[in-house]
Amino acid sequence: MSEKHLSSQFDSDLNAVSSQLMEMGGLIETQIQHAIQALAQFSIPLADDVIHVEDRVDALEVDIDRALTTVIARRQPTARDLRLLLAVSKITTNLERVGDEAQKIARRVKSIIANGESHKMPIGDLRVASDLAIDLIHRALDAFARLDIPAAVDILKEDNLIDREFKGFTRKLITYMMEDPRTISDSLDLLFVAKAIERIGDHAKNIAEFIIYIVKGTDVRHSSLTHIETITQ
Amino acid sequence: MTIMTDTTTDTPAAPSRNAKLVVRDLNFYYGKFLALKNISLDVPANRVTAFIGPSGCGKSTLLRTFNRMFELYPDQRAEGRILLDGEDLLASKDDVALIRARIGMVFQKPTPFPMSIFDNITFGVKLFERLSAIDMEERVEWALKKAALWDEVKDKLSQNGASLSGGQQQRLCIARGIAIKPEILLLDEPCSALDPISTARIEELIAELKADYTVIIVTHNMQQAARCSDYTAYMYLGDLVEFGETEQMFFKPRRRETEDYITGRFG
Repeated sequence: MSEKHLSSQFDSDLNAVSSQLMEMGGLIETQIQHAIQALAQFSIPLADDVIHVEDRVDALEVDIDRALTTVIARRQPTARDLRLLLAVSKITTNLERVGDEAQKIARRVKSIIANGESHKMPIGDLRVASDLAIDLIHRALDAFARLDIPAAVDILKEDNLIDREFKGFTRKLITYMMEDPRTISDSLDLLFVAKAIERIGDHAKNIAEFIIYIVKGTDVRHSSLTHIETITQ
Repeated sequence: MTIMTDTTTDTPAAPSRNAKLVVRDLNFYYGKFLALKNISLDVPANRVTAFIGPSGCGKSTLLRTFNRMFELYPDQRAEGRILLDGEDLLASKDDVALIRARIGMVFQKPTPFPMSIFDNITFGVKLFERLSAIDMEERVEWALKKAALWDEVKDKLSQNGASLSGGQQQRLCIARGIAIKPEILLLDEPCSALDPISTARIEELIAELKADYTVIIVTHNMQQAARCSDYTAYMYLGDLVEFGETEQMFFKPRRRETEDYITGRFG
């Protein structure tokens, strides 16, 4: 927000909430990166790290919601302030779920390692999708910090790339399972990992939609990309 | 509903529903000072319209032009048109008291007459209607019930109006205003001297009154405008900056000036 309120306390309340959200976002980014690294390196310590960070993410979610409630109760925000606070609440929920997905990946990684047959699986094929997911979340948080509409629209355009990767990877896993039923257990674990990565992309997309909502005041959820591009021009 | 464009030269358009009061090109002068600049707006029938804006923006002045209250002061004049159901109030040769009977007003501070609660209500009615004693009693009861005051005063109608609490006095003034069955009710900061409970009662009353009347309220309390109006007009330095549905005005105003004011960025 560029201009200041008459009440500087109101400004600092809003800034504090935004900063907390960015802190949570930073934590989540690290969580996804570690989860993906744990998968690539078959690292149990990294996977455990991801699982342990979850408590801090959950605590931040509760803190942010409490701060939002206080601002709403004390300030009765309107217009863009109201939209910002509503959007922060929704973005927080999405970030918390990204954290859950990272945790799911970490747990599946531990399961794959425990099975001992991990080297036979096409783990490298998840690289493109996971890089995309990490990139989208990073850019979504960046776009929020700058309330950058073109950047948010770009994220919406790119989410389907992850979906495409997910479909291709699923087909590949089916081939593995048909050829060698002993890979079914690991394949199912990897399928859940791929699904988690795909969901992270969806959450990045949701965050991008809320950025448009804050700036334009239009709820673009469930809208076509063409419609979104029209109203954001 | 599209009410306002983003260009500063456009006149704020009006709600498309049927208008009770149509204001066109209204200019108002305190002596040589131009206090209202070319105001045009349509006040929708059976809805609550709120005027908001900082002190001196002209919102009370605009309200006072609707029943020609300004004519009490010799150096004040209005130019333009104010049409009540198509009839120009400013050009009307009718007795101004007849206009005020159609457009009632309640002021910031409760102004009960120094007489009984009963007489406070009947005073205005007697000026315009000849009612039998029974009909008059019915009218008093009707007005006090409409103003949500009946249960509190029905056993003490002969007591002086000034003996009531501030909130009750204000509701008495509203009862007095509606007793003559006006078409429009003008409320100038009706809750500014009241505590939150009395304020809530008046707001509840405003919501009920709009079924029968067109209500226009001037308020400094933006949250009050947000709570109890259907349409909101934002005024600044004698200009009507934006006029639209209250929900839109408080969630996504079309004009930057409106947003700065309602979000508290006005300085």
